[in-house]
Amino acid sequence: MNDNQLLRYSRQIMLPKIEVDGQQKLLAAKVLIVGAGGLGSPASIYLAAAGIGNITIYDDDVVDLSNLQRQIAHHTPDIGMDKAISSQQTLNKLNPDVNVNAVKQRLAGEQLDVEVEKADVVVDCSDNFATRFAINTACVRHKTPLVSGAAIRFEGQVSVFTPGRDNSPCYNCLYQSDGEELVNCATNGVVAPITGIVGSIQALEAMKLILGIGETLVGKLLLIDGLSMEINSMNLKKNPTCPSCGGMGVT
Amino acid sequence: MSIKVRYFASLKEDLGRSEDILETASLLTVRQIWQCANPQQTLPNPILVAVNKDYADLESLVNDGDEVAFFPPVTGG
Ligand SMILES: [Zn+2]
Repeated sequence: MNDNQLLRYSRQIMLPKIEVDGQQKLLAAKVLIVGAGGLGSPASIYLAAAGIGNITIYDDDVVDLSNLQRQIAHHTPDIGMDKAISSQQTLNKLNPDVNVNAVKQRLAGEQLDVEVEKADVVVDCSDNFATRFAINTACVRHKTPLVSGAAIRFEGQVSVFTPGRDNSPCYNCLYQSDGEELVNCATNGVVAPITGIVGSIQALEAMKLILGIGETLVGKLLLIDGLSMEINSMNLKKNPTCPSCGGMGVT
Repeated sequence: MSIKVRYFASLKEDLGRSEDILETASLLTVRQIWQCANPQQTLPNPILVAVNKDYADLESLVNDGDEVAFFPPVTGG
């Protein structure tokens, strides 16, 4: 690290759980963020500011005026621009140390597999069930840690899955794919800061996984109700008959 | 048997109450608990359920004194 980096990250390096070694781990890390919307914006902004060295962002959407109320990586002059590119510009401006790879595409199929295999941590900021199940399947296949977050209305949920480690459950142990496609922000609405809360928790969990510190939300689902400001958690366990991870050896 | 049933977030708003205390004569599953407490409402699918703060499926049996919590699913991003 050069002098500028030592200064830029000094408040993090000061923490005994991080120090110079930890900051170097962050600078060397590769994080894949799927979705550059309400969750992907705060998650990517915090991860870039914290000095995650390599961030890959996928989103196939274009910035719309109705996004700006919560998708804080995009600004008014960015309307009409690809969200991936708009995010890349915001992150580059925030921290030139970060190598941002932004792709305007819905991440799926073989490309999803390739990206998940390359990543140290995957942060799921997508907005639909189909993508969430596909990301989970790829993470289980490559044993890549997954930080899953979701937000709607005044509500948020966050969990962490480390397939193949610590007897972790997976997203499919929690949600089954036979449910109806769920309500989205366009039909149900979402209050701006709840996406910030969830995306920020996702960024913190991703950093803890990279650093190997603290206790992550593995085996727990955090449930946030912003309206009553009630925060609950439930204990999750691996479903031995889970279609995604049920066949994996118990460790 | 006495079972405490709790509803969270938008589910609480939709149902207009946050909890029920059910007195049941026999051992019931989570699904049957919902039906007893909400005979007019079909069980949303998907839904998240915890029994005594542990994730549970709809066929899990609920024992005397247990607390059953229903949470709306969230997938938005
Ligand atoms: Zn599973």
